[in-house]
Amino acid sequence: MTGSVGIVLRGNRFYWMWLAFLGALIASGALAYVRQASTGLVLTAMRDQVSWGFYIGNFTFLVGVAAAAVVLVIPAYIYDWKPIREIVIFGELLAVSAIIMCLLFVLVDVGRPERLWHLVPLMGYINVTSILGWDAIVLNLYFVVNLVVVTHIIYRAYYGQPYDKRIVIPLVLASIPMAIGIHTVTAFLYNGMAARPYWNSSILAPQFLASAFCSGPAILLVVLQLLRKFTRFEIQNEAIWKIAELMAYAMFLNLFLHGVEAFKEYYSNTEHLLYTRYWFQGLGEHRTLVPFAWTAVALNVTAFVLFIMPAARQNPITLNIGCLATYAGCYIDKGMGLIIPGLTPDTLGEIYQYYPTVTEVQVSAGVFALGFLVFTLMLKVAVPISLGEFRGDIALAPPRGGD
Amino acid sequence: MHRTVIPLSCAVAALAAWGCGRVGVDRVATTESHQAMTAIVPPRASAAVQLRVEVPPPPFSEGVFPCSECHNETDLPPNRTRRPLVDAHDEIVLKHDEENRWCLDCHDTNNRDRLHLASGETVAFEESYRICGQCHGEKYRDWRAGVHGRRIGEWNGAKQYLLCVHCHSPHQPRFKSLEPRPAPRRPMRPAR
Amino acid sequence: MAKDETVTTDVTRRQFASVAAAAAAGWLLTACGPRRLHEIPRDRLREAISEWERDYSEKYSQAVTVSDTGPMPGVLFAMALDLSRCNGNRLCVDACVTENNQSRDPEVQWIRVLSMDKEKGIDFADADPYYDPKEVPEPNRFYVPVACQHCRNAPCTKVCPVGATWTEPDGIVVIDYDWCIGCRCCMAACPYGARHFNWQAPSVPQGQVNPSMHYLGNRPRPKGVVEKCTFCIQRTRAGRYPACLEACPTGARKFGNMLDPESEIRYILENKRVLLLKQELNTMPKFFYFYGT
Repeated sequence: MTGSVGIVLRGNRFYWMWLAFLGALIASGALAYVRQASTGLVLTAMRDQVSWGFYIGNFTFLVGVAAAAVVLVIPAYIYDWKPIREIVIFGELLAVSAIIMCLLFVLVDVGRPERLWHLVPLMGYINVTSILGWDAIVLNLYFVVNLVVVTHIIYRAYYGQPYDKRIVIPLVLASIPMAIGIHTVTAFLYNGMAARPYWNSSILAPQFLASAFCSGPAILLVVLQLLRKFTRFEIQNEAIWKIAELMAYAMFLNLFLHGVEAFKEYYSNTEHLLYTRYWFQGLGEHRTLVPFAWTAVALNVTAFVLFIMPAARQNPITLNIGCLATYAGCYIDKGMGLIIPGLTPDTLGEIYQYYPTVTEVQVSAGVFALGFLVFTLMLKVAVPISLGEFRGDIALAPPRGGD
Repeated sequence: MHRTVIPLSCAVAALAAWGCGRVGVDRVATTESHQAMTAIVPPRASAAVQLRVEVPPPPFSEGVFPCSECHNETDLPPNRTRRPLVDAHDEIVLKHDEENRWCLDCHDTNNRDRLHLASGETVAFEESYRICGQCHGEKYRDWRAGVHGRRIGEWNGAKQYLLCVHCHSPHQPRFKSLEPRPAPRRPMRPAR
Repeated sequence: MAKDETVTTDVTRRQFASVAAAAAAGWLLTACGPRRLHEIPRDRLREAISEWERDYSEKYSQAVTVSDTGPMPGVLFAMALDLSRCNGNRLCVDACVTENNQSRDPEVQWIRVLSMDKEKGIDFADADPYYDPKEVPEPNRFYVPVACQHCRNAPCTKVCPVGATWTEPDGIVVIDYDWCIGCRCCMAACPYGARHFNWQAPSVPQGQVNPSMHYLGNRPRPKGVVEKCTFCIQRTRAGRYPACLEACPTGARKFGNMLDPESEIRYILENKRVLLLKQELNTMPKFFYFYGT
């Protein structure tokens, strides 16, 4: 343990600047949250008419990121593809960090956070017909599974021992349907609401999965390239290119599913079209979200085009542009692009234009920063262990400082 | 949960109705402190029991009742000629089928303290709804059932009816426009 | 540490003890800790309520009573509204606010009166709740007040993750303000915009508090929880009409026991053209809009 603390305290100036930056965001987020907790959620832009907003949008997006760890797991274990095997662990670390952020976003969004224990079975009460209740259960289960796998592998590696297949393999295999499960349950949360026609569409669950499977790996690809650059970790190009290829297919599915939704709305031309129109065209003078809508489309299409071309995948510049475009496009799409049009116009036809306040942005930035911090610290310990630079069983020279 | 509760409640209600009589129909209202006149309202066709309810007194203008103080054989013999009134009651502008009817089609010619039906039968002012019911049969049936017009009281007990004329002036029955209460506040973002 | 491949699967004593301790703590909390009002037995309910009565009386400097009247057997409450009679005066909104101790600042109103165009009919996309003319009714407009419909197939009670909202046996959909975590899932699920959230601490001016309360109804709510129409549970379970009905000058609102064949509600259902809002959603509201003429 002390060795780990030692490791995370050793780093070059990029590392410390990164930590300082994250620390600043966390501090500002914490201050903003204290203000919000004492005055009330009135400090957000959410009102009765649009009762969910930026926090829940971020939550939804991050559940997708957490589920995407499985994109690596499937080829690694099911197809036993060696190049990806070594980096599965980073996917699981990402999943753990993402779930932490998800839980934090729920914490900052609810009106009575001190009552969240009401969700704990036995202590509280879970309404079995509530999808949100099930979401809480499966998210926490997925978190525990990933945490157990990751800590076990790292612990064993620390002592120079191979991990126990009897623990890891079943859990990892279980995590595949669980990953699909958590995002499907999150989709059902919206999908099941008859009151919100924009969400009440069967296509939501597959569309969530498609956008999750491109946005999660996008972060991972960037992280892997950083690892490759700043540590002695060797990650084969084939692994990276393969992931990018899978992302291309996922993005195609994402775009296709969005496209068919748009067709259904515009062609059937019922009153339900209002929500889609608000997103893409605005309604009357209410046009706040239109720039976001088209930006997301542009980013997603760009990402798809870049990743579908092998040459572009293999060029580091276009690869990274594609990753950022995917991440940003899916973030807009699944955050604001899902929640707000679903609630605007509201059930009684009123249009209240929602966009986040400074408080919401500060708190959200703080939560993201906390998640990134957790991810960074875990990587800082996990990478040397995986490389064999940080061992508990044999005496080694102190590990070289790296990111 | 709902699926068991509703049939169960229906069964319980049916038993209760059969065993204990209908809920609230034949309760006699206790008189309240204000001078309430009792109107006898014929019940719905299915009920066998008369429903007695309270009704506040008819809304006479100040000092106008009893009409027979002026309208009697000696002081003011009845004049059946249909005409606009100029000597008295000229503030009343009739807007109630005024093409075909005038005052004495409702007010009894010989006994001004009462109204009369089309048959000639006189009716007290406290039962003026019987007159209204002659033409407005559907409204009358609804009012008797408590579905038309304002009521206060208990949903399963004593209720206070109002006479038709408490809301609809018999001379200008159209319900007056009201000033609405203020609109709700629009949702506003916080200052920062 | 042994260097074998296999890891020991024996549960250590420490592990067993910690799990047992956690289970015991959990049991203790469930047995003695705060519970949902839905589950508290009647006698313990009276204790909790007496405590509230003392607290509220002190806070509002007047004698507050909190009723714990339960549902009457054989009763299923329903409300009806005559669209031919509502003229949009909003007196019901005011009466509801006063009777149910709704916050004045920030403004919380459980009833929302929508003004609609006669030619378009019931069309929410064109509804306007912010009409403010000198007089109502306005030409060519009709008025549809909307509040909780107390659905028999309520989407809100289905989605609450902690079971803080449920339908009572007499049909009233209620909220346990002390159990609600404020996740607002019910608000997203409600098709009628009937639920309202306390985005900040609600405030009722001192002299305007209604001291006659019910534990599931109009007692003061904290910030961060959801509230809505309760069919004036404090009045209706005592046999009285809801405040909105008594305030309505045109007699547009009707209320009663759906199961009573002599009730006004049954008369309306049998004799009038009744419509339900958003009927295709199969929520089965117990709020019947009808045309009296």
